[in-house]
Amino acid sequence: METALSALVGLFFAASIYLMLSSYTIRILLGVALLGNAVNLLIFTAGRITREVPPIIAPDQQVPDVVTANPLPQALILTAIVISFSFFAFLLVLAFRAYQALETDNTNQMRTAEPEGERVPPTSY
Amino acid sequence: MAGKSDHAVDISKAMVVEPVALGDMLVIAPICITIIAGALLLMFRKNISLHPTLAFLALAGLVVSNSALVMRIMDTGPITMTMGRWLPPFGISFSVDLLGATLTLIASVVALAVSIYAAIDIDKVGRRYGFYPFLMLLMTGVSGAFLTGDIFNLYVWFEVLLISSFGLIVLGSEKVQLDGAVKYALLNLIATTLFLVATGYLYGTLGTLNMADITIKVSKLDDTAPINTIAALYALAFAMKAAAFPVNFWLPASYHTPRIVVSAVFAGLLTKVGVYALLRTLVMIMPAARDQYADILLFVAIFTMLAGVLGALAQNDVRRLLGYLVISGIGSMMAGVALGEQLGLSGAILYAIHSIIVMTGLYLALGVVMRLSGGRYNLAELGGAYQASSYLSAIFIVLAFAVAGLPPFSGFWPKVMLVSAALDAEQNLLAGVILLAGLLTSIAIFRVWAHAFWRSGPIGTPDGNDGPALEPVARSDRWSLYLPVTVLTGIVIALGVWPEPVFQVAGSSALGLIHPGDYLSSVFGGAR
Repeated sequence: METALSALVGLFFAASIYLMLSSYTIRILLGVALLGNAVNLLIFTAGRITREVPPIIAPDQQVPDVVTANPLPQALILTAIVISFSFFAFLLVLAFRAYQALETDNTNQMRTAEPEGERVPPTSY
Repeated sequence: MAGKSDHAVDISKAMVVEPVALGDMLVIAPICITIIAGALLLMFRKNISLHPTLAFLALAGLVVSNSALVMRIMDTGPITMTMGRWLPPFGISFSVDLLGATLTLIASVVALAVSIYAAIDIDKVGRRYGFYPFLMLLMTGVSGAFLTGDIFNLYVWFEVLLISSFGLIVLGSEKVQLDGAVKYALLNLIATTLFLVATGYLYGTLGTLNMADITIKVSKLDDTAPINTIAALYALAFAMKAAAFPVNFWLPASYHTPRIVVSAVFAGLLTKVGVYALLRTLVMIMPAARDQYADILLFVAIFTMLAGVLGALAQNDVRRLLGYLVISGIGSMMAGVALGEQLGLSGAILYAIHSIIVMTGLYLALGVVMRLSGGRYNLAELGGAYQASSYLSAIFIVLAFAVAGLPPFSGFWPKVMLVSAALDAEQNLLAGVILLAGLLTSIAIFRVWAHAFWRSGPIGTPDGNDGPALEPVARSDRWSLYLPVTVLTGIVIALGVWPEPVFQVAGSSALGLIHPGDYLSSVFGGAR
């Protein structure tokens, strides 16, 4: 199970890095979304994964008597999902507004903040 | 893994049963104050004339509470407060040592100065967009990052400060801001995601997220554990956050785009949170891996200093020039991380304290210059500010001396410590580069002073007594524009002429990073 998931994580990372290397914001954004999912899956795999064992403790015991899945990675992933979802929503709006204002979604052509052919600073004094 | 247990439940073994001492509540106070104030400001979003007063009161309260926290930590050593009653490492802890508390205090002082300045600089539209709530929540993120003792929590606080900074950087949504924000947002998000990747691996390797517990477990690991990989990921993620050399290009692309007061708070705080995280993870948690990477960190430090200062020399836009000086300062702090000895780390910590104050002060002073000269920020178009305000030019030159590391102001002492640490470690090249970067910084910043203040008008007009007059600042605005820069400059002078207290703070902070015994015992009680 872990092996298959690890391979999937690797695949996700490869795809997201490929997308983020693009110069178009929308592809970069898809890459970022995929990267978030890759990381979530990574944390999930890094924890203990078992199948179909409900984490129920018998009334006369302190700890469960079988190995159950680790709940902590799931809590971490839940946090990370919420955060990455909100960021993705923000970035999507930002990319759209940038597309509206700058009339391009190609990051190579986004040179408003760093214009080409700037004047050199004065050399007097 | 799991087994039957027949012993009776003894809650005191699993849970925190003693109530927290009232003084220890100061640990959580910065988060509470800023979140509550942020929420209040959001509630008063229609009553924007209240915003500056409310923010000022909250941040003044924050400064008071953080000063009390620093006092208490100097008194009792590191404090740990655990949420949810579960004993560490299971409960989420806030662990504060002197380093975290000092940086929180300095950050709150800077935020207070910025909140006063913003009362004039941020117009009604900006306030309605939520400048003050974002500033408050940014402070929540910054304080949380400095105070937390849990590495996943550190990630969450990073995201809190990141999303607030996104709000601040697009405030006004001009073309240039949207352009800068795209690069800032994407690259910083990728950096925090890398941080999360590293944290996932760390959890998979050690099964714990509490920094103190990680520190203990890492020191007991055998050679087969992939701790160097994890350390490399952390180093990359935090170097990207701190804008260290190969991954610094988001900073000059974005820091000059927002309102000048937003640039000021960013330049002061955000990159230093990255440096703090580097100190915490590489120096305290994984010292062996840091030793492995010392050479790489050394190169990063050298190239960051040089890239920053050479970039600054090549800029005509003064705001971008200051952005490059931020990068160059990060290089000096990286030098301390690379050296790793107590003196070097003290230098890095002292440099961080100095840099937070001086960079914010410089941006704010530049904001006043821009206000005097009708919003211009190109070096060639500035001039005559000395005639408009000799007081401001005196303040600017103090800050310029400080940022260049010249005595008798605050930048001098960290440079002395770093150079002497580099010479002790026989890293003559590093020592030379620190001095060279100081020289080039002084050329870059004094050129700004010479053109903006000394020259009586822009390039193209004759230099003499009859330069075009600048618009004076309205009398009613003067107080809130000049007070913050004056206070920050006052701190710069005080740190320069009377550095003994901060020497001690930086020294014992560095010692606490190298030998985190007190930190660990504050988390786990006297048992360890």
